[in-house]
Amino acid sequence: MNLEVCIGKLKLKNPVMTASGTFGYGEEYSEFVDLNRLGAVVVKGLSLMPKEGNPTPRIVETPSGMLNSIGLQNIGIERFIKEKIPFLKRFNTSVIVNFFGDTKEEYVEAARMLSCVDGLHGLEMNISCPNKQAGWSIFGTDPKVTFDVVSAVRKKTNLTLIVKLSPNVTDIALMAKAAEDAGADAVSLINTLTGMAIDIQTRKPKLANVRGGLSGPAIRPIAVRMVYEVKQAVKIPIIGMGGIMNSDDAMEFIIAGATAVAVGTANFINPMATIEILDGMIEYMKKHGIENISSLTGTVNVT
Amino acid sequence: MSRYFTSAIIENIALNNNHNLLTLNMPEGTVEPLPGQFYMLEVNRGTAPLLKRAFSLFRRISGGFQVMYRIKGRGTSLLREMRKEDTIEVLGPLGNHYPVPPEGEAPLVIAGGIGIASVFPFLNNYQGRASVFYGARSGDEIFMLDELKAMSKEIFISTDDGSLGTKGNIVDVLNNFLNSNRSDINNYVLYACGPHTMLRAISEVSASRGITAYISMEEHMACGLGACLGCVVKTKTGYKRVCKEGPVFKSEEIIW
Repeated sequence: MNLEVCIGKLKLKNPVMTASGTFGYGEEYSEFVDLNRLGAVVVKGLSLMPKEGNPTPRIVETPSGMLNSIGLQNIGIERFIKEKIPFLKRFNTSVIVNFFGDTKEEYVEAARMLSCVDGLHGLEMNISCPNKQAGWSIFGTDPKVTFDVVSAVRKKTNLTLIVKLSPNVTDIALMAKAAEDAGADAVSLINTLTGMAIDIQTRKPKLANVRGGLSGPAIRPIAVRMVYEVKQAVKIPIIGMGGIMNSDDAMEFIIAGATAVAVGTANFINPMATIEILDGMIEYMKKHGIENISSLTGTVNVT
Repeated sequence: MSRYFTSAIIENIALNNNHNLLTLNMPEGTVEPLPGQFYMLEVNRGTAPLLKRAFSLFRRISGGFQVMYRIKGRGTSLLREMRKEDTIEVLGPLGNHYPVPPEGEAPLVIAGGIGIASVFPFLNNYQGRASVFYGARSGDEIFMLDELKAMSKEIFISTDDGSLGTKGNIVDVLNNFLNSNRSDINNYVLYACGPHTMLRAISEVSASRGITAYISMEEHMACGLGACLGCVVKTKTGYKRVCKEGPVFKSEEIIW
């Protein structure tokens, strides 16, 4: 049985990854998960400078999901390299760093810095953040802006470059195409959907930041549909995510068009979710006589 | 040693109409909890509600442990429905713990409402040493009084409606106590758990009287493991995670 999948230059031992922001820097879960068994560890999003994040409440539970507005709190690239990479290097798994910037220049500089680090195997660009140069519109909602910022980053890195797409757009396939045209090796989708919840007693938003990103099983059908649509539009591999709780959910994404999957919110509920999902996928392959996991990608039968 | 395990319910009894005491079994090889630590408990098998719920360790018993909880929302309502022999997934013990009071220290333990659950194991561990200040809305929300009396050096009760103990706020009771026991002030250390407003008042007592206070904080929490960064509190050295650097903080660290 072959579980190996290729994402750009990366050969992952299996298609199960962690979703950025839900697995800390790997350390937080190493007590529960043998990191060696994961296809890749995608760490919490990093910026050039440390970021303090948003005021509280930062999270609120919603039906079959949760809203978060952490505000991209992180320790910054320098501290990450010094304090977190040595731990991650002890494991035989691919380490992918999620990163973001407030400006194009910050993205480029972050990518340049991360590309010289020993022990890193890939970069995931979060383009779902506001572009300070363009009146806070989101980098990931205008295909021209996406093309521009991804092209600029592409020139500065030889590492496998994954672009994480925002679902808060009319046509996600257009965004995926822009990333592909700009030289991205893969796209990952979906990031959280913008949402809001209100306390009707106080009439205040339940999150201090008013809006937040919705994740969890509530968003899964949207994510599956988007992976399906992006698969029709691009040739580069897709990393599918959005409310994956078990191996059935993971297989749904693979069949819709994903080459690999990322487990996010499920880590909060079950710290062993990633491994249980991997084991369940192996079971599925045995049961259905599947030799190569990659042979299932995009095999949804819509006729 | 595992901190993630399946636990069978031994007992889930009502203490009054909106408070329960849950007894869970603790399989061999699980980590020993310390006073002030907490557990994340599964409240249902489906996806709504999605997240586990955080509860303080109330008491370690032979073969298991107890949590005391107030039925407040959907999660705790579902937990109340759990019956003997039902099984739930448990993550913990998590977070830091109350420090061990050094020889010669006179702990003053302040609990507001369900906050008693968090300080109870501390009192149990250091029997006969602490003066306890326990406040609640009314007398029927004061729990385990006989046991608390047996564990503590002395106990002061207050209720909002005056149905048990002094009528009024427990922090006022504490202040009166401190006003009349000033000679011992250098030996006092405060340990508190309760509503946000009470902890803030304790923090003011600590600052104005120069008494160290350890307070157990609460925030919306998803993972309990320090990954989601949801449960932070603002401190003088930046945001800190209630689940990892807390739940117990020195009150002087907190920015209110």
